[in-house]
Amino acid sequence: MSDELDEIQAIFFEECVEGLAVAEEGLSAMAAGDTSAGVIAGVFRAVHSIKGGSGAFGHTALLGFSHRFENVLDEVRAGRIAPTPEVTQCLLGAFDILSDHVSAAQTGGDAPDDGLMLEQLDAILAGGGAPAAQPEPEPVAPEPVAAAEDEFGFVPVAAPIIDLDADFDPFGFEPVAVALDDFDAPEAAEPAGWTVRFGPSRAAMANGGEPLLVIRELESMGGEVTAVDSEALPPLAELDPEDSYFVWTLTVPASVDERDIRDCFDFVAPDSLIEVVRAEDTVVGGAEPGVAAFEELPFEPVPFEPISFEAEPVLAEPVPTPAPVAVAAPVEAPRPAVAAPKAEAPKPEAKSGGVEVAQSIRVDLGKLDQLLNLVGELVIRSSILSDRLPPADQERVELPELSRLIRQIQDNVMSLRAQPIKQAFSRVPRMLRDLMAETGKRVQLETTGEMTEVDKGVIEKIGDPLTHMIRNAVDHGIEGPEEREAAGKPAEGTIHLSAEQKGGRIIVRVRDDGRGINRERVRAKAIERGIITADAQLSDEEIDGLICAPGFSTAETISNISGRGVGMDVVRSNVESLGGRLEINSVPGEGTTFSMALPLTLAILDGMIVRLGEQRFVLPLANVIETVQPEPGQVQATSPTSEVIELRGQYLPVRRVGEMFGLRSQRAPEDSLVIIVESDTAGHVGLMVDTIDNRREVVIKSLEDNLHPIRGLGGATILGDGAIALILDVDALVVPGGGFSKYVLKGLAA
Amino acid sequence: MSKLILTVDDSATIRMLLKASLSAQGFRIESANDGEHGLERMHEVKPDLLITDINMPKMDGFELIEAVRKTNEFKGTPILVLSTEFSDEKKTRAREAGATGWITKPFDADRLGAAIRRVCP
Repeated sequence: MSDELDEIQAIFFEECVEGLAVAEEGLSAMAAGDTSAGVIAGVFRAVHSIKGGSGAFGHTALLGFSHRFENVLDEVRAGRIAPTPEVTQCLLGAFDILSDHVSAAQTGGDAPDDGLMLEQLDAILAGGGAPAAQPEPEPVAPEPVAAAEDEFGFVPVAAPIIDLDADFDPFGFEPVAVALDDFDAPEAAEPAGWTVRFGPSRAAMANGGEPLLVIRELESMGGEVTAVDSEALPPLAELDPEDSYFVWTLTVPASVDERDIRDCFDFVAPDSLIEVVRAEDTVVGGAEPGVAAFEELPFEPVPFEPISFEAEPVLAEPVPTPAPVAVAAPVEAPRPAVAAPKAEAPKPEAKSGGVEVAQSIRVDLGKLDQLLNLVGELVIRSSILSDRLPPADQERVELPELSRLIRQIQDNVMSLRAQPIKQAFSRVPRMLRDLMAETGKRVQLETTGEMTEVDKGVIEKIGDPLTHMIRNAVDHGIEGPEEREAAGKPAEGTIHLSAEQKGGRIIVRVRDDGRGINRERVRAKAIERGIITADAQLSDEEIDGLICAPGFSTAETISNISGRGVGMDVVRSNVESLGGRLEINSVPGEGTTFSMALPLTLAILDGMIVRLGEQRFVLPLANVIETVQPEPGQVQATSPTSEVIELRGQYLPVRRVGEMFGLRSQRAPEDSLVIIVESDTAGHVGLMVDTIDNRREVVIKSLEDNLHPIRGLGGATILGDGAIALILDVDALVVPGGGFSKYVLKGLAA
Repeated sequence: MSKLILTVDDSATIRMLLKASLSAQGFRIESANDGEHGLERMHEVKPDLLITDINMPKMDGFELIEAVRKTNEFKGTPILVLSTEFSDEKKTRAREAGATGWITKPFDADRLGAAIRRVCP
């Protein structure tokens, strides 16, 4: 069981992370002005779930804080506290503390100091018109204890059924005493047995209650039914078979604890007649028992506490008390809900609105990877099979059908690994809040495309680069409020975080509206660091790219924030290790955009097999726009090293791919094919190859396990005949000037 | 045949805890992750007992209980609410919706088992 518990606890923390993301999203939406019921309910539910699980694992600090946080959210949800910007800010702060609590619970570290935040939450509760009658449960530890005591049974509240009110007559009648055995009570040497009366209410059976079970349970303790009062039984014609009309009287041995007897009634409807008294306390009275109990007496229900069978007060009594005291006890502690009966009917729970909770089953990522590898092998085998069959057989129905199925399996496996990139974005808001506090700058965050799905592996790995890009944007990009106002910008800067799918890639952008890259300073720094020579002629884009050069860091000259992270060169290499590229586009005075172009998936690629001499290469189909068989003269040289192709009145640059890789091709352009590709770096470009073999899905095998990253190559694959083919990285190939210079970073706008 | 219990809770943690602790006590467990799903599963598995959370997306516990009680077949099925809430208001509401009993989270496995046997022997 303990292994199992550990496992469940691990899931609990995963759920916490999900819940925190949902809560943060909702709170951010609230901060942005969306205070619809669905959003607030989503936040409430997320915090509520964290609280629920934390109790189960004894994380009392987390439990205590989430409980107090939830109280405030509940009031906001109920409309008793208005979600003003101040309240929302405080909730965001509480969210941060909650995140810290979750981390502390997970790592076993010290719980964060939440005293100040609790005071703020209390202040909101106090100032927000929270009903004073509802005392806050004690914080932290006492709550679960109280809850345990309260564990079973409904607490009756202003029950409208009259029977008990009849017993407990507000107009001055004597409490109905119970006339039962008139045998002499045993002498003090031996305590008397218990007398139990039980008259299930009409509602008891409607709610799945079965009075017989209670009687059986009492019998199992040695109880015995001594009388059944059936006077309330109506004539057959009026009898409702789903109703209950009897009042049973039982005696239970004195050795049975009162608590155990009362426990039997845990789930009996609260408006039922239940009495547990010591036989010796029995008062012989004149009132007739039972009968009146089920008559609808004509007086109105009054705000009185009916006889309470709730666990707390009874359990709190160490010694069984005589019946009249048992009747009086609850009255001494009137419950607020009784004082204000039904004044506020609970609103129906808001249906889930803007914030959806991700429903999922959890699968070990390793298993998915294994599955993906197997599918990859399947793809290769199917290619081999297809290649080895005689052409006549290749068209047979089964084979295309098989390929189609494999393709579907593959898509499905891929989608299993795909997650909304939101997960990676979710930690940004908090970071921004911290950064704002540190720098005194004001920044608002906008996000778009956060539902874009990306391979889980990619999501995990872009967290750090993203973090650093945001830090960089706040630190170097966004100006202080005064400087911004002086420049005619709003005092509050904006960072726009976006994700979109484009071709086979996911483009993640961090755009700020700050001052832009200070090229003078970057250039000076690069010269100082010996990265470029003093007389180097660099374009603006090339200068911008220098900030990602190894050994370049402007951090110390500007501030220490970004300096605490990794350098931009590490960011770039992180992105590249994912098969992605980092691009920078900066406009002085207007801002900077960092773009990460990442592969959608890390594993399988739809490719076009092209030949260059004896070699075959794979060109990712996502990049291919069209294929052109050039007419003589259609490809023209513009310089000894550059050529263009004229296509429908436009001139597009052409690269001879073979020559770029040092493969000599004697072919003239008109004997070759020009494949027009779309690239992120240089728009449409023609790639000249010898021939095209066919189209094929290939499984990407990384070269980097064995080799350094090679510019222009994205990996390798095994073809159907078992031969190895290299996969071309189109974006690197098309870069003007040959594409293999050391720092290839071009603005997207170019 | 041991009793079949349907647990409805949007938290996987709670679902798994319930499953682990109740299976150990000899109950068979089915689960659902929100009210809508719970109602569907209710009709599919026809459990001897329903244990449901209150705060859930799509359809909350109150709505689920009301919907279950509307089905003749489930009029007598015991329904326990398992919630971190413990306000009288909520309990009354659950009772009015048709719940048989209320158990406050965090739950103690043995006491929960005892409570279950009480309504569903």
